[in-house]
Amino acid sequence: MSDGAAAPAPVARLSGVSLAYGGTVALNDVSLAFPAGRLIGLVGPDGVGKSSLLALTAGARAVQKGTVTVLGGDIATARHRRAVCPRIAYMPQGLGKNLYPSLSVEENIAFFSRLFGQGPEERRRRTDHLTKSTGLFPFADRPAGKLSGGMKQKLGLCCALIHDPDLLILDEPTTGVDPLSRRQFWALIDTIRRERPGMSVLVATAYMEEAARFDWLVAMDAGKVLATGTAAELQAETGTGSLEAAFVAFLPEAKRRGYSPVAATPFEPRDAGPPAIEADGLTMRFGDFAAVDHVSLKIERGEIFGFLGSNGCGKTTTMKMLTGLLPASEGEARLFGRRVDPKDLTIRRRVGYMSQGFSLYGELTVRQNLSLHANLFHIPEAEIGPRVSDMIARFDLSDAADAYPDALPLGRRQRLSLAVALIHRPDMLILDEPTSGVDPVARDGFWRVLIDLARKDGVTIFISTHFMNEAERCDRVALMHAGRVLVTADPRTLPAARGVATLEEAFIGYLEAASEEAQGASGATADEHDKRVRVAANEDAPISPLAGEMPAGRGGYARAESLDVGAAPPSGLPPISPARGEIAASPPVHRLGRLLRSNDDEPLIAADTAPENRPKPRAFDFRRMGSYARRETLELRRDPVRLTMALVGCAILMFVMGYGINLDVQNLTFAVLDRDQTTASRDYALNISGSDYFDEKPALASYDEMDRRMRSGEIGMALEIPPGFARDMARGKEVAVAAWIDGAMPSRAETISGYVQGMHANWLVRKAREAGRADALSGPAEIEIRYRYNPDVKSLVAMVPAIVPMLLMMIPSMLAALSVVREKELGSIVNFYVTPTTRLEFLIGKQLPYIAISTFSFLLLTALAVFFFAVPLKGSFTLLLLAAVVYVSAATAMGLLISSFMKSQIAAIFGTAILTILPARSFSGVIDPVSSLEGFGRVVGEVYPTTYFLTMARGVFSKALGFGDLAGQFLPLTLSVPVLLALSAAFLKKQER
Amino acid sequence: MGASLANVFHLGTKELNSLWRDKVLLIFVVYAFSLAIYAAATAVSGTLNRAPIAIVDHDRSQLSARIENAFYPPFFTRPILIDESEMDRRLDEGRDTFALVVPPDFQKDVLAGRRPSVQLNVDATRVSQAFVGSGYVQSIVSGEVSAFARHYRAAEQLPVDLVLRARFNPSLDQSWFGAVVEIINNVTMLSIILTGAALIREREHGTIEHLLVMPLTPFEIMASKIWSMGLVVLLACGFSVVVVVQQLLSVSIQGSVALFLLGAALNLFATTSMGIFLATLARTMPQFGLLIILVLLPLQMLSGGLTPMESMPLAVQILMFAAPTSHFVTLGQAILFRGAGLAEVWPQFVAIAVIGAVLFGAALMRFRASVGAMA
Repeated sequence: MSDGAAAPAPVARLSGVSLAYGGTVALNDVSLAFPAGRLIGLVGPDGVGKSSLLALTAGARAVQKGTVTVLGGDIATARHRRAVCPRIAYMPQGLGKNLYPSLSVEENIAFFSRLFGQGPEERRRRTDHLTKSTGLFPFADRPAGKLSGGMKQKLGLCCALIHDPDLLILDEPTTGVDPLSRRQFWALIDTIRRERPGMSVLVATAYMEEAARFDWLVAMDAGKVLATGTAAELQAETGTGSLEAAFVAFLPEAKRRGYSPVAATPFEPRDAGPPAIEADGLTMRFGDFAAVDHVSLKIERGEIFGFLGSNGCGKTTTMKMLTGLLPASEGEARLFGRRVDPKDLTIRRRVGYMSQGFSLYGELTVRQNLSLHANLFHIPEAEIGPRVSDMIARFDLSDAADAYPDALPLGRRQRLSLAVALIHRPDMLILDEPTSGVDPVARDGFWRVLIDLARKDGVTIFISTHFMNEAERCDRVALMHAGRVLVTADPRTLPAARGVATLEEAFIGYLEAASEEAQGASGATADEHDKRVRVAANEDAPISPLAGEMPAGRGGYARAESLDVGAAPPSGLPPISPARGEIAASPPVHRLGRLLRSNDDEPLIAADTAPENRPKPRAFDFRRMGSYARRETLELRRDPVRLTMALVGCAILMFVMGYGINLDVQNLTFAVLDRDQTTASRDYALNISGSDYFDEKPALASYDEMDRRMRSGEIGMALEIPPGFARDMARGKEVAVAAWIDGAMPSRAETISGYVQGMHANWLVRKAREAGRADALSGPAEIEIRYRYNPDVKSLVAMVPAIVPMLLMMIPSMLAALSVVREKELGSIVNFYVTPTTRLEFLIGKQLPYIAISTFSFLLLTALAVFFFAVPLKGSFTLLLLAAVVYVSAATAMGLLISSFMKSQIAAIFGTAILTILPARSFSGVIDPVSSLEGFGRVVGEVYPTTYFLTMARGVFSKALGFGDLAGQFLPLTLSVPVLLALSAAFLKKQER
Repeated sequence: MGASLANVFHLGTKELNSLWRDKVLLIFVVYAFSLAIYAAATAVSGTLNRAPIAIVDHDRSQLSARIENAFYPPFFTRPILIDESEMDRRLDEGRDTFALVVPPDFQKDVLAGRRPSVQLNVDATRVSQAFVGSGYVQSIVSGEVSAFARHYRAAEQLPVDLVLRARFNPSLDQSWFGAVVEIINNVTMLSIILTGAALIREREHGTIEHLLVMPLTPFEIMASKIWSMGLVVLLACGFSVVVVVQQLLSVSIQGSVALFLLGAALNLFATTSMGIFLATLARTMPQFGLLIILVLLPLQMLSGGLTPMESMPLAVQILMFAAPTSHFVTLGQAILFRGAGLAEVWPQFVAIAVIGAVLFGAALMRFRASVGAMA
């Protein structure tokens, strides 16, 4: 294939682009032009800047230095991004990272479709088409989280292709995907490209054999471009025979050193003793579904045992059972002859485990992670330092020893994980896909260490992998599919036994045989492909795509290919190179091709979308907002616990607090220190103890006793009647009774003193009346008190309308507070970055379901208040409802503000708790009116939305106020919503920085 | 045993390291124990503080002017003179809690001994202010009227006087109590969130699985979170008591701060265990967020910090008796304000220890169970 045709305008051009995260340089002065209409591969080790470069091109990350021109404009300008983002599709690194796990296949696609403004009909057509072409059609109702890795990537591709992009950016789409799914994935890409020849595809990959098929390559290292050109050109330039060798040749001298092919020495069984790993009929069931179905293995000490199989076939579950992380449903596992028992800690000291995906502490440095684990394995203090240094040196981490793992590229993080797994010098290593996403050079380094460990130190290694060249280095491999081990054999003899040339073909052959068996068992025929066929056998399990029925179309893949190879596309673009070589040569292709074609001749992608035909993105699009709202609703509906907590929790809190917060102070404890002990003094004391408010405790004998009992909190008030009380009173001499009140809780003390004063006055009046001189005591004027709105001064009537605003602040804000930050933490926020969604569409779309739920809570609370607590609702319900809707909008907007601002979910929870509980409880007038507050609390109270809604709630509930009376409250409350939303939008970035 | 302790220690230091790296979280911790305490304490300085009052004066006499001048801060705002027509509206809008109506010819009638009445309208939806305030208004008005009348005719003395003395906080300064209650609230909130969220984060990031394949027991993992997060909160609490409460707010603390902190440590044992327990109930962070609100709110409102425990219905009292914070509030009040020693507050110590042990046990059981169902 030649590159000689007059080069069309590049689809993207970078000039002088540099990018740094913190202190780490990701891209260093890169200048590059990507030719249009081609399949372009970015190759290079991990962390050389491939992902950064793609994110910049997609507009997902903000440009720091230099210019990035994409589709004819500067991507750094918001205006151009808005204009071209409907023409770009971006699939970030990580399996299903931009998908929503609780949403089904269909719902995920529909979400993206709505973001691009497609109507229901168009959506139906496109969705059906894409799902049929990718073989996802039978699984349309399956949640994305339950798909296998390969299927997740296909779904990701469907979501990316829903809007017919001109530029498709795929960041390591096949990393961590099994070979069969990988092959299907690339065949799919080829089909799509044949139908949309103008589309440019930018792919980063760690697989050199994949890269060899691409039209044009960019080899990168250390933030710089090493070389560009076709695979043939690169090989010619370096005079090497393979792309992998060519790449190594481009590396700087220092990096090339020490690179040599991995040499595996054959395994020789060591001394006798029980095998390192023995599994006997190991089974794991989740409900009806057997994730692992009677697996039996026997691995000798010092053996390197490879574990192969599609994603989700049960490899990880098997490994977890072997480590004791999961108790087996059936069967037995023995390590070094000892039964695996989760409670047995001694066996764990002999095992090093590396789980799939990075699971070390991101908040600890490399060195801290290593020494933490050394400590936890009780390596003697003196040895820890040297051991850690040894590991750092051995795994080439010295320049990153004090860096945090988050800042390291995947490959180095994996090396750190291995170092951690080895820190205690285990006798056995259980490694779950340790090299996924690691580049070839690093992988070889990794394997050299493994082989060294196995051969020199006799460490048993049980490793799962998707790389065939790694499998070939194992002493034995087991191939697993749908919970069963299909075959266990020496990888060197397996292809011959199967009658094929390579291990990969043997592998695919076994898988297809197993799938056909499953297909036959399920009784479906190819004709049924239009119906949503569900796989009856294992409904809820992640299934490899082949387990289901696939459409068998008319147009075979191989035939289509032969047509395309000869004829150049009409647009004068350089010829596309379809899958050549390995794929074309391998027998399964025909079947694969059929999988990829739908039954009709309709092209996979409509070709009628020239840029000028696309609708211009609108500033505020209700459909996009609706798409976010719908998605948030679906996610909420799939989480019934949260939904129940929000609704039932509100009601329970209302119940407990309505009863509990009692301002009618009662049952106050007091005791009498009666130094007189006469009828009159007892009469005085009886006057107080006889009331409902007080609860008399045994009498006091001395000041000391009074002091002690009041100090311990046993009594709240002590009444001291002086000696000679009766005598002096009779003589008309002045006598003073003393009431000692516990002032530790001032509000209670005030109440006590109010009660005592009142009772004292009553007693005086009674005495005076008995003496026949009632008039003498009455004052010159009377005071009539009219308790308005709540004539009995009942606490419930005052508190219930105040609890409603409190609850409707805290719960809605907490509901909304995690919505944005969770997307940030889990990575799906990238969909917001690269789609035409505006910030307000995003925020309001997320807010709507929470407003709806909170309004429902309000109705529930009001019903409780009226029907259960019998608090009369005197005013207009409609008015209150209206106010409540505005108020919960403010509360959810507050949650969104916190969510937009924070980076982690913990911080968001914390922030919400701190920023809602105190102001709503203490500064908004629940107990003390805002007008009585001072200082900072007053300021907060004046602007806090709860203050206004509280006044309105009390106004409508108790005072029967109408709209006219409450306009003064409505206005500030209503204003708070746009203000909070605008602030949230200001904190929310449309690009990653 | 020693090895186990070492594990607990090392894992705990890891927790501290993680917290140290999360600056936003640290800022929140600092805020919660400084500004938040200060603001909560100073917002309300007494039960009756700047109660808004308006007067409708139909008399415009010397006596009515005297009454008007008798209301001033800090108990009341300076009274606003309004028309009778405005009164209802102002009460409706919640601008005034009290509206006093002085009738025409009030002074004349008083002097003539006709015992006229003034009308006091109270917004009874503000229960506590209404109750305490009307007592004050009553005594202020009758005091002024009596004093005024005394110039003209001798009044009879009350034969028995009542002397009221508030102990421990003679001026009934609300900020003392407010500050300590807020500290207690924040101790509870922080300890629950920090430990619970730390556990959920480990689960969401898959690191817990990593710990479980190592020779560590769930007990060690849990204990490490409890001591490390408990220590952070205890330090913050100590800082708050000494610097914010004693220095900034100049609250005279009667008892031993050390004994209070010992109580706080015990309470932390209970609340951090509660945090772990809640984290085992919640599957995701959003669920945990809601759960926290559902638990924190009653703990804060019903532990006796806001309204006295003895006034609550028996059912709520029994329920709250099982909450460590109720005992902690009682203990805090007794030690800090009433100068109580261990001799007086040991029952609270015992209660918190028992509750803490139960919570810890329950959390450990749930944690072990959830570990089994992890994958």
